[in-house]
Amino acid sequence: MKLAIHVSMKGFAEMETLIEPLSFAFFQKGLFVASLSGALLGFIGVFIVLRGMSYIGHGLSHSIFGGFAAAQLFAAQFYLLGAGLWGIASALAITSVAKKSRVGADAAIGVITTASFALGVALFAKFGNSGPSFESALFGSILGISVTQMVGLIVISAIAGLFVFFRYRSLLFMTFDPDVADVSGVRVNRTDAYLMIILSLSILATLTVIGVTLVAAMLVIPAVVARMLTDSFSKMLLISTIVGTLSGLIGMYASYYAGVPSGTMIVLVGAAVFGIVLAITGGRGLRRSAGLDSHGETLVVAPIAAR
Amino acid sequence: MTGTGVGPTLIDLEHVSAGYDHSIVLSDVTLTVREDQFTGIVGPSGAGKTTLLRLLLGTLKPRSGTITTAPDLRIAYVPQLETVNWNFPITVEECVLMSRTQGRRLPWASAAEKREVARVLERLGISELAERHIRSLSGGQQQRMFLARALLRNPQLLLLDEPTSGVDVSTRHDVLHLLADLHEDGVAIVLTTHDLNGMATHLPHLVCVNHRIVADGTAAEVIRPEVLEQTFGARMDVLEHLGIRVVVDEARDPRINEGVR
Repeated sequence: MKLAIHVSMKGFAEMETLIEPLSFAFFQKGLFVASLSGALLGFIGVFIVLRGMSYIGHGLSHSIFGGFAAAQLFAAQFYLLGAGLWGIASALAITSVAKKSRVGADAAIGVITTASFALGVALFAKFGNSGPSFESALFGSILGISVTQMVGLIVISAIAGLFVFFRYRSLLFMTFDPDVADVSGVRVNRTDAYLMIILSLSILATLTVIGVTLVAAMLVIPAVVARMLTDSFSKMLLISTIVGTLSGLIGMYASYYAGVPSGTMIVLVGAAVFGIVLAITGGRGLRRSAGLDSHGETLVVAPIAAR
Repeated sequence: MTGTGVGPTLIDLEHVSAGYDHSIVLSDVTLTVREDQFTGIVGPSGAGKTTLLRLLLGTLKPRSGTITTAPDLRIAYVPQLETVNWNFPITVEECVLMSRTQGRRLPWASAAEKREVARVLERLGISELAERHIRSLSGGQQQRMFLARALLRNPQLLLLDEPTSGVDVSTRHDVLHLLADLHEDGVAIVLTTHDLNGMATHLPHLVCVNHRIVADGTAAEVIRPEVLEQTFGARMDVLEHLGIRVVVDEARDPRINEGVR
């Protein structure tokens, strides 16, 4: 009996610890934004990872940082709008470069996005004294999440959800087999452009809480974890969204107690989930996720050549 | 099976040249695809077979010449198995259903669509594989799955890129019989192949390609040493076995004929 009371008291104390930060309005907002950010990036990340576009996601987040800083400098009140337009322009430019140039697409993307990032750093160093701090833009922060940002994130999450819901078959077809999708009535280029726009808006909306340097990790980790757990596309979408949400939620708590930038803890929680799932699924999980960035593998049967 | 075809025209290419960037892969191609044809496009690697297929599909625009396609033509395409990402998280049923992108917008299949998928899978003899992941299929089953995806579009013209590349002998026979059945049911078929004995000699209509059309006709008209030499750039003999032409390499090096130790 004594033990039971002790346990329940201990449980109560733990509950108190979990509930305590919720009394702060900034933490409530932070927790909501982090969970939704994780969910959004986990959801979109499935398409990014399966299409072998992880590098584009990484580059895009760095590119948007340049727009973020420039927009703050030239139109402080409208910096989200400015950064959004910059992000969309970067996304479309990257897609175009990746499609058109046969050689050196990676190099071109690397140059464009890192130059944009460097411009952002320079602008921040010289003029960055309004809006989010340099560190929070890079690594995320639970402080200073405005209502506008919250609303923006909700709207973008809704757009992403509706877009995938109503274009599910086309998106699945062009992710699996873009060439055949193209000849089967899917408007691949247009759908691709929409996806890139949603990706750049998602990065922008989650930038303040996760941070420029860590957004790409949250696009990749939940999707890879989900792939290790399932062989079905629809289940992968669901699991990846749940893993993203949990990483955001737990990471935000961890960030509060550890006193470190929110993005770092969210990514570390995601990485821990990856480690646990890897330990549980072992070789099977690794085999499933092995071909994520490849498009086609050679069959072991030798081709029957003309004799 | 019909030979070079007498039915209505589905696609007409007239003096078409095509290529990529600064290189021309195909020159002055004139070719008619008819409703009752079962055509094999034959040629060595890099001769322009896939380019010709892409012109028929409409994914590559010609540099010169004209392509006329019948109005509202329903085309379905089956890709090479080697180009597919077999690790993609998808089941056979999901794969077949993805081609139904017109009309219904909801992610899940309607009852009518489910019945249609079940019917197509049944027709191709892979009903029991519906829930399986695509990686777990054999080469023949993979080919059947893509045929099922193509058939769900109810095509008038079926285009296949090297359907027997990378598959074993029994799968090759399977695929050939399956395509013959589809053709009998009224689907026009055009496929590319570099497999002369396994595929080409069994087809009613052949088009030999080597950056241009070298020959266009029935197997009897096309499978001849001089045509094959122009197409493949190598001497080949043609024998007749049980009414089917068999192409034999003329190996000049005696070590090859005797077997290299």
